[in-house]
Amino acid sequence: MKITVRYFASVREALGIGSETVETRAADLGALRDELIARGEPHAGALARGKAVRMALDQVMSAESAPLREGQEVAFFPPVTGG
Amino acid sequence: MALASRHTGAFASKDGAVHGAEEDMGRSLSRCHNPAMPSTRVSIQTADFDLAQEVAALRAEDKRVGAVCSFIGTVRDRNDGSAVASMELEHYPGMTEKSIGAMIDEAHRRFDILGVRVVHRVGLLQPLDQIMMVAVSSAHRGQSFQACEFLMDYLKTQAPFWKKEQTPEGARWVDARVDDDAALARWGIEARNA
Repeated sequence: MKITVRYFASVREALGIGSETVETRAADLGALRDELIARGEPHAGALARGKAVRMALDQVMSAESAPLREGQEVAFFPPVTGG
Repeated sequence: MALASRHTGAFASKDGAVHGAEEDMGRSLSRCHNPAMPSTRVSIQTADFDLAQEVAALRAEDKRVGAVCSFIGTVRDRNDGSAVASMELEHYPGMTEKSIGAMIDEAHRRFDILGVRVVHRVGLLQPLDQIMMVAVSSAHRGQSFQACEFLMDYLKTQAPFWKKEQTPEGARWVDARVDDDAALARWGIEARNA
């Protein structure tokens, strides 16, 4: 299935791109993160396990266990710091 | 409850699409102040704002209002031991409006409030600049005081904004604070941000 993946702030800077279309069979957000890490650098460093990376699914903050479906929008970003 | 669900609908219909950062600047969701409806405005913009104007709009033609409570966040010239020359604010267009809409819905469920206005700037800001504001109206002060603090605690850990500071040591992304997660926990909501 095809999904849109968006990156923000320090994650976007580390990857050098703001978004990409990804062909994946990942069942949930955590599996997608692992798939992207497995590509190697720069994804491996930017999304590394143990690093504070937050996720959104269709623009709602979501946990790694959130299931993925065709056409959805996923975002990876560092902890938020507005206000 | 009826008011809260109408509220959700207004945001969902406007926020379905994903917009580019530029076209999103200055976009605001407004509803006129029909006294039967809660007055709500959310704006993400590069331009400065005028708190007095926002408060006047919350009070306009609404004779039920007996209290308005507001908060303004501004840019300091120091953070985490370094001088701050300027600050750049990034956000996630679409999700930002959606998350602020959700937090206003939650405030209406928890508190007896009438209107809410949230304005948050993005782009390049300097020390002394205003960053954002929240203003809440209610019949009595207790509810707007509490709702204003609730909205700020929620926004700090749930709305997708990021600050990057220019310091003498170079540019750096601002770290999230554990204290902010703790502040939201007081309201019975787990933040899981910092």
